[in-house]
Amino acid sequence: MRERIQRGRLRRRSPWLCLSLCLFMLSVPSVQAQQSLIVAAYPAVDEIVKSALPAWKRLHPNVEVKVVSRQFTDHHTAMTTALSTSFYLPDVMALEVGYVGRFAQGGGLDDLSKPPYDIKRFESRWVPYALQQATNRKGAIVAAPTDIGPGTLLYRTDVLAKAGVSEADLTQSWEGYVATGAKIKAATGSYLMAHARDMKDILIRTGIQPGEGLYFDSQSNVLVTSPRFVRAFELARKVRQGKLDARVGAWSNEWSEGFKRGTIATQMTGAWLAGHMNNWLAPSTRGLWRAAPLPERAFAAYGGTFFAIPRATPAANKPLAWEFIQLMTLDRNVQLSAFKTQDAFPALLETYDDPFFDQPIEFLGGQVARVGWRDAARRISAVTVHKQDAFADEVINTELDKVLDRNKDIATALADAQRLLQQRAHR
Amino acid sequence: MKLPAALRLSPEWAPYVFLSPFVVLFAVFGVFPLGFSLYLAFQSWEPTSGLSAMEFVGFDNYVFALKDEWFWKSLKNTAWLAIASGVPQHVVAIPLAYFIHSSFKTLRNGVVGAYFMPYITSTVAIAILFSSLFSTDYGLINVGINMLAQVPVLSWFLPANPVDWLNDPASIKPAIAMIVFWRYVGFNVVLYLAALQTIPADIYEAATMDGAGRLQQFFYITLPSLKPMIFFGVTLSVIGGLQLFEEPFILTGGRGGSDQSGMTTAIYLYRMAFDFNDFGAASAMSWLLFVVVVVLTWLTNRAFRPRGPSA
Repeated sequence: MRERIQRGRLRRRSPWLCLSLCLFMLSVPSVQAQQSLIVAAYPAVDEIVKSALPAWKRLHPNVEVKVVSRQFTDHHTAMTTALSTSFYLPDVMALEVGYVGRFAQGGGLDDLSKPPYDIKRFESRWVPYALQQATNRKGAIVAAPTDIGPGTLLYRTDVLAKAGVSEADLTQSWEGYVATGAKIKAATGSYLMAHARDMKDILIRTGIQPGEGLYFDSQSNVLVTSPRFVRAFELARKVRQGKLDARVGAWSNEWSEGFKRGTIATQMTGAWLAGHMNNWLAPSTRGLWRAAPLPERAFAAYGGTFFAIPRATPAANKPLAWEFIQLMTLDRNVQLSAFKTQDAFPALLETYDDPFFDQPIEFLGGQVARVGWRDAARRISAVTVHKQDAFADEVINTELDKVLDRNKDIATALADAQRLLQQRAHR
Repeated sequence: MKLPAALRLSPEWAPYVFLSPFVVLFAVFGVFPLGFSLYLAFQSWEPTSGLSAMEFVGFDNYVFALKDEWFWKSLKNTAWLAIASGVPQHVVAIPLAYFIHSSFKTLRNGVVGAYFMPYITSTVAIAILFSSLFSTDYGLINVGINMLAQVPVLSWFLPANPVDWLNDPASIKPAIAMIVFWRYVGFNVVLYLAALQTIPADIYEAATMDGAGRLQQFFYITLPSLKPMIFFGVTLSVIGGLQLFEEPFILTGGRGGSDQSGMTTAIYLYRMAFDFNDFGAASAMSWLLFVVVVVLTWLTNRAFRPRGPSA
């Protein structure tokens, strides 16, 4: 009786045993083949990555890509934490240019100039300055460029017409730019720019000597008392004294209202702002804006995205991570698709002969602006980054505010900034 | 159904088992960060290089923090904000609680609830909304000031131009202080209301019979009886004020405002860690702030300490 019951139990269990064995045997080969790659990004880079997934699937059907997306600041804070603890590290991380400098100083990102990556063999395929931006003091290249932000001057053509001035008046020289601003203010009441700080930001980026960074040189000497800073401060002060700036911060409510209402006549920015304006900032002003080169033939970059591989990523994932980065940064179709859908100006030079560049941009009243941006992109020169750049940025902005709002003497302001930065230059 | 003997715990373990959820969470999220922060304060650490990149530097971070102009600036800002938001909280809450206590019977709970609402609302939500309200050209606060400035007498005291609350270094501090005051005054009202209810009514009756007016009763009966609660409330305000972070952080977009005038010490040490990538100095600053909090709490304790039996 017991025997029969026991045999019965076995028989009842046996289909389940069989099924589970089968499932296990089926899962074993798939466990070996199905790998996954984690890519951490922020808007809109996450969209760009997702739209490249079909191309990735064709190359590696067995490798699943998981995109972890966070808001911009949160993403970079999360990457700082992940790099510092080596936990929850992605296999590929997207970094904005402002953060690449900081992350490049430590040893947390893999040096892509070394084997097996050897990124230097692709150097000529990208815009020259982009790879330089990801190079640290020791010569290690920590990230690959995917998109860039060539600087441009966006201006309201209707406001200029009302004031009787032309684009050439704006772009001839910096002094001419300010003088034209005074005319615009007098005739239309519109401000020349959002904040006098924008003036300082672009002017300190002109006239950088080779090997120099923005605020520090390669020996961590502080450069803030040099002529380009003095000129930047003087012209910014002139703008403020002439009441030519709206005194609104970028991305604030007042800033976007200024665009919508035409009270801000020009904006020096990356080419990508035209896309933002078209989509959500000021779509009602479609057709009223034009793009011009920056005054006095200045060339600067506003923004840019890079992809990096953390050093502590499992070694098995690194080849795939590198292949993914190559897909995102060296594939012509992926770069162009990102450009067409998300306004991400490609870093890859091969894309520059695409007819898309010659198409008119509706938001800019049909102007074929991309040609000018493409030209500017090739002429931007790289600026070496320093660990204390973020702090220096803040100190200089503070001193500028004191010069603008409280009539502080420029020489004193720059000397104070020098002192503050010297304390931390070698930390 | 009884568990098998091997899995059963003796009743002696019961207290520890019941305490363990709290103890474990406290150890992980309270004690460990404290200890790690103390350890980190003596290290120089480039965070993006990973944990192994820490280098012992002794008191270097503390020396740097004490020499840092911005650290002292942030302490000054914190002190200003703590006093400007803390003092009105209590100066307004005490008479308000007394008024509510004596005047409202059926409506009391509703009124207290209305004052308490800001305290239980999310700080971030409040700060985001106030950012809109404080907007220079489109904010309601400037619209309101403008309207009041049309009234002849008030126009002498009110600014003629819209106040640039969030960008002008001089006005960001009052803006933050206003929000913090608004948020905590209800909390203090509730505390004082609770304390007022412990004062026996016969003392007031005796005083009325002796001819004491309402004001005299307030100053000679109510206030001295509230002393323990004032001590408690002020201690909380001191500690909270010195650690002020959320309201100024949201209002200034995480940066501390123009000329760092809204940058409290808590914001500065956060920025040191995550914006300027200097975790060692940030930890050192957090412990220096701790010393300040301890000293001030001790002083508060001495000021409010109940006097001997002769009182």
